[in-house]
Amino acid sequence: MSTPLGKDLLGLEHLSAEQITLILDTAEPLREISERAIKKVPTLRGATVVNLFFEASTRTRISFEFAEKRLSADTVNVATAASSVTKGETLVDTAKNLEAMKIDMVVIRHASSGAAQFLAERIESNVINAGDGMHEHPTQGLLDLLTLRRRFGSLKGRRVCIVGDVLHSRVARSNIWGLTKLGAEVAVCGPRSLLPPAIGEFGVQVFDRVEQAIEWADALNVLRLQLERMTAGYIPSLREYNRVFGISRERLDRAPREIVIMHPGPINRGVELDSEVADGPHSVILDQVTNGVAVRMAVLYLLAGNAPALAEAAKGGDR
Amino acid sequence: MTELRDVLLRGGRLLDPSCQLDGVGDLLIRDGKVEVFGGTIGVPDGAEVIDCAGQVVSPGFIDVHCHLREPGREDVETILTGARAAAAGGFTAVCAMPNTDPVTDNQAAVGFVLKQGRAAGAARVYPIGAISIGQQGERLAEFGEMVHAGAVAVSDDGKPVVSAQLMRTALEYARTFGIPVADHCEEPTLAAGGAMHEGFVSARLGLKGIPAEAEEIMAIRDILLARLTGGHVHLCHMSTKGSVELIRWGKERGISVTAEACPHHLSLTDAMVENYNTNAKMNPPLRTAADVEAVQQAVKDGTIDVIATDHAPHHNDDKQREFSDAPNGIIGLETALAVNVTWLVKSKIISLATLIERMSCAPARLFNLPGGSLRRGSAADITVFDPDQAWTVDPAAFLTKGRNTPYGGRILHGRVGCTLVGGQIVHNRMG
Repeated sequence: MSTPLGKDLLGLEHLSAEQITLILDTAEPLREISERAIKKVPTLRGATVVNLFFEASTRTRISFEFAEKRLSADTVNVATAASSVTKGETLVDTAKNLEAMKIDMVVIRHASSGAAQFLAERIESNVINAGDGMHEHPTQGLLDLLTLRRRFGSLKGRRVCIVGDVLHSRVARSNIWGLTKLGAEVAVCGPRSLLPPAIGEFGVQVFDRVEQAIEWADALNVLRLQLERMTAGYIPSLREYNRVFGISRERLDRAPREIVIMHPGPINRGVELDSEVADGPHSVILDQVTNGVAVRMAVLYLLAGNAPALAEAAKGGDR
Repeated sequence: MTELRDVLLRGGRLLDPSCQLDGVGDLLIRDGKVEVFGGTIGVPDGAEVIDCAGQVVSPGFIDVHCHLREPGREDVETILTGARAAAAGGFTAVCAMPNTDPVTDNQAAVGFVLKQGRAAGAARVYPIGAISIGQQGERLAEFGEMVHAGAVAVSDDGKPVVSAQLMRTALEYARTFGIPVADHCEEPTLAAGGAMHEGFVSARLGLKGIPAEAEEIMAIRDILLARLTGGHVHLCHMSTKGSVELIRWGKERGISVTAEACPHHLSLTDAMVENYNTNAKMNPPLRTAADVEAVQQAVKDGTIDVIATDHAPHHNDDKQREFSDAPNGIIGLETALAVNVTWLVKSKIISLATLIERMSCAPARLFNLPGGSLRRGSAADITVFDPDQAWTVDPAAFLTKGRNTPYGGRILHGRVGCTLVGGQIVHNRMG
């Protein structure tokens, strides 16, 4: 079935600004469903969604599951430890088996970049990338965009700096594509050992010092420092990272304007972000979580072939 | 033993840079050797005549770098299927890398490869022995016994020789036997976990990259070790602009360094990896357009001595995996000529004569192999090909068991018509 988004949502790089805006516009009315006493509409009744998580995830998986359940889809969760992958089954075989079970959609999280596309090319069902290796995490990018759009009204001309481990971050890539398509200026800031060598070719500014980023930005998207990376020697110590790149209250106090603080979670408190900042008035971290469910509902809704214009009506139940 | 039938190759363009030969004429093969060439030759009684009008008749191509997977992965390739594929690609001889299972690191293993090669009855198969036992990089394999059994070079290809001391010793010891040490240049800590060239494409796709410097650091280390030892280091599958500059530096100083490049590094860039195409995954990885251009120029000016295929068949099931988990390598024996003609000759970077020098004469010279010449009395290892013929690459039609090629569906120019080894026709598409 042809939808305004195509068959799958694999990343933001290949979506147009119009498609991204459509998802955000669709998410707005669906967001209200989560505010109700009975948080459920029958929009996806009869549809089967498989959440295929080959990599540990808590918040993304739960967020997708809430989105699916609130739209009344039947969901099945498959986690690596419980799957045939531990018996040596390949992703191709997994895909063929899923297809044979006549499912409608797959949400896939995988440690290998390109795994979502790999699956999408082999099955008829809609595939939603819930994070593939170091490549993209499009629904995280979309929820970040929705959060900023709700805060600023428009992203055009707004300055957003992504701080931290950009090299290994799928969130950073989705953010860069999404933000630039919607007209924001984007910068990155972090130790050079945690930035891709070709980062300049993404059309973003690079700040070596976090003070410069704070001076420049309207919003900071602070990435989780993946502690497991530290054993690979990308930075000398967490302590030094916090001293040089950590977002503290003192640093923010010197900003020329109010800065919105974002974080995809989970936060390493006291490493990339101090608790006073994470819990402070500029933080929109919990809004991001709320918006995540709405964005994922919108993606499921649109990929299932529902008319974008009817998203408002979808709130009401059967059409 | 049956007597060999005479063969007359009639009216082809005889092209052999080893003896400055370039002209239309006949070539007569008798007793497996080139008897006479040039002008018009009468047909001896009982001779087979092959009409070569419009075709180039050249010394047979010699591939100094291929992987035939036997022993160990006969499901992927055997010496028989590899040798047949080689003949179909115009190769009259191939050198089989030792990274088989078990590793070709002793005289018995070398003898096995030779025996299977002879039984195949297609292209000649020359074993390359391992540098270190089991390619573990710890203890030298028995070069002398392997050479005595028929090995033509040593290499730990597939893996770098991490220890500079072991590489030094290998280069010194190889001098005793007059063989090249074929070198897989890869600094392992820089390349660790890498799945493609490090650059913008890898950053976009979220794949860990292998920087050009991973190759270049080992290339210069081993050029310097060749200077130290006087040994002959042959640098395999060179892929970067920096590497060819380093080779040039070494050659200018009289260091015994030779090098090869592969058709894929002379034609494709890392953009091929778009969409996580595992048929574009290889090691060293496809590089940038600037690297491709630099390697092409190095082939032109002789900095790169040899074009080798690095033919690396893999089973489809192994390639049909997530990109970072898929094995490295592509097949190359049956596309090498056409890729080289299409990207190097048709685009006027090199002449056909230079291509034959890089694919036939130089490999024979550097690895001390028969062939590489149409001189009278030389072994009649000959390739007949049409440099202009266009054809569409259909992997299903290949004789190799491998189907892993990034050229599938492409229209290429240059097609092998006939391959003769020792005067016997081992492949004939000319009817």
